[in-house]
Amino acid sequence: MSEIAIKVDHLTRVEGHGNIILNAKNGAIEKVQWQVTEAPRMFESFVRGRHYHQVSHVMSRICGICSIGHALCSLKATEAAMSVTISEQTELLRKVALHAENMQSHILHVGYLVAPDLFRKGSVFPLIETHPDAVLKIIALHRLANEMSDLLCGRTTHPITLMVGGFTSTPSERELSSLRDRLSNILPVCDEVNQLLLDNVHMLPDFTRETEYIGLTSDTEYALYDGVIGSTDTGTHPVEDYESIANEYVVPYSTAKFASHARESYMVGALARFNLNAEKLTSGARAWAQKFGLSPISYNPFMNNVAQLIEYYHSVEDSIALIDTILNKGLKNETPSYAVKAGRGVGAVEVPRGILFHDYTYNDKGFCTRANCVIPTNQNHKNINLDLEALAPTLLGLAEKEIELNLEMLVRAYDPCISCSTHYLTVEFT
Amino acid sequence: MKKQKPRVAFFDFASCEGCQLQIANLEEAVIDVTKLVDIVSFREVMKEHSDDYDIAVVEGSIMRPMDEERLKKIRENAKILVALGACACTGCVQRMVNQWPVEESITTVYNKDEALKDNPYFANFETKALDEVVPVDAYVPGCPIDRDEFCKVLVALLLGKKSPVPDYPVCVECKKKENVCLFELGKVCMGPVARAGCGAICPTHGAECEACRGYVTHPEEDAQTDVLTKYGISAEQIMQRKSMFTYRYIEEKAKQEVEE
Repeated sequence: MSEIAIKVDHLTRVEGHGNIILNAKNGAIEKVQWQVTEAPRMFESFVRGRHYHQVSHVMSRICGICSIGHALCSLKATEAAMSVTISEQTELLRKVALHAENMQSHILHVGYLVAPDLFRKGSVFPLIETHPDAVLKIIALHRLANEMSDLLCGRTTHPITLMVGGFTSTPSERELSSLRDRLSNILPVCDEVNQLLLDNVHMLPDFTRETEYIGLTSDTEYALYDGVIGSTDTGTHPVEDYESIANEYVVPYSTAKFASHARESYMVGALARFNLNAEKLTSGARAWAQKFGLSPISYNPFMNNVAQLIEYYHSVEDSIALIDTILNKGLKNETPSYAVKAGRGVGAVEVPRGILFHDYTYNDKGFCTRANCVIPTNQNHKNINLDLEALAPTLLGLAEKEIELNLEMLVRAYDPCISCSTHYLTVEFT
Repeated sequence: MKKQKPRVAFFDFASCEGCQLQIANLEEAVIDVTKLVDIVSFREVMKEHSDDYDIAVVEGSIMRPMDEERLKKIRENAKILVALGACACTGCVQRMVNQWPVEESITTVYNKDEALKDNPYFANFETKALDEVVPVDAYVPGCPIDRDEFCKVLVALLLGKKSPVPDYPVCVECKKKENVCLFELGKVCMGPVARAGCGAICPTHGAECEACRGYVTHPEEDAQTDVLTKYGISAEQIMQRKSMFTYRYIEEKAKQEVEE
């Protein structure tokens, strides 16, 4: 059999730069690898010396897609370091802001980046011509998510209003009530978009590989904003133990670090959260999981795309409930009060691509002296590599174009965020 | 014969890609953009790629020799090169890394690892804006960019008109919004020297302007320092603010002083 050499240089429709390399000879894989080539951006270095007030604004710049999650994780770490407590209203509003970002990121990924694969197109642009109604529905879901971010955070990307202890400004009751109505009205559109994916879900490869799933988990809710670390292999762990969970290490072919825990690799993200917390989803989201035939534990990484749409539904329904709680209690004008002090704090938040950790040390004047961030995509890199190694041999009978597409679809299913993780992708068939 | 639309390509270097994301955030208006131009390359959202383009829109800062080479090729291919967002225009927050020797920052983040030795992926030099490597024809400032302003810049380029990006300070837009001046609240605001065009979005939400859009062409820095001092703000606090998004100007000033 002939030689196969595939090199996807700078994989498309992902956030950031990464390569996929596959070499095969006489029907045997010689090498298959996922490489991260994004320039190291070194946030953990230059945040040193920043005053605590600026830290979340600096660190949100790690990622354009999940800037709200980075800002919230940063604030939680700072608040833990300085023993700042936040009000119930602040926590409720932060949860709505996090839902907004989860919705924005998930629909962007499934609607704009994954959908073209299902229709064998290179991008969403030809779908504007061939499937205008579907594209407009997807845009409607994307628009609402962004408008939620605008309302809660002052801006779609890189939140303005989120600050240590609370908010610089909050939406009015009228604005929240109008948002609640729009969320309620979008549910039928969610149903239609979910049905579209369900009609085409057979296009996602049927591939499974057992692995460990890690994410936040909580007794009281589908954990996104808060919780303890949960693993499908080892149970629960305190957030402060994050370093012994991620165990980050450097490999020469990646400017993003790799991670491992109980096994050689683990997976984080929507599928991990679903596998850990499915019973805590809202009723509408649970009903959609049933229609997709998705139940925990699913070992098919391609089902991450499905889990993302299920989570979109959950975020809409849960945001409605959160806004109802805020409005029932009445919106209050709050000014945070706390004392600056020296200390170390760890924050953990579930961002669209998985569990995120920020860890800061401050001196007594409130200046950051040390920082460490563990990013979801880094935690997935090794798992992506092992999935590629398991998937590639099953593809060798296919045409080179199809092999390439399947490998790309696999990496894309993880929704890698490479800017974040270098803080990574190209497919190289060499 | 059907008239050919201008061909536009998007590229990115070290950045959060949040500025390219603002193109997707145009929502339905993206369809209007595709009626004006042919998008021939946009790695973040499409598989197709072409090196035949008229306008290159580039996000991100240049941090490695391999990136510098790629940018030079893009410059060769493009008739017009647009710097998209603060990373491309000034170096954004990641320019703060220039405060330390590169080796120290790499060690801080990655530890001393054999994997890094003679590895081009890790061959960082100081963080640079695009116009420190190649000539830039148009700028869309901000972190993130304002998506409507991007459309205005694109239309101006297509019509051959001058840049619609304002060259007056954020204070002008802030006054129009009738916001309470943040100096009155004891905050360190960059409004007096920062380039407007954002609609004073941060002060309007009760947060200080951080000058993410860079300075106006002739910033009255001394006057701003006087005002800040009058409000009892320390030199250290002022430097904290100035070194966040606008470290490029500090570097340039220091260089000028050495030359003088």
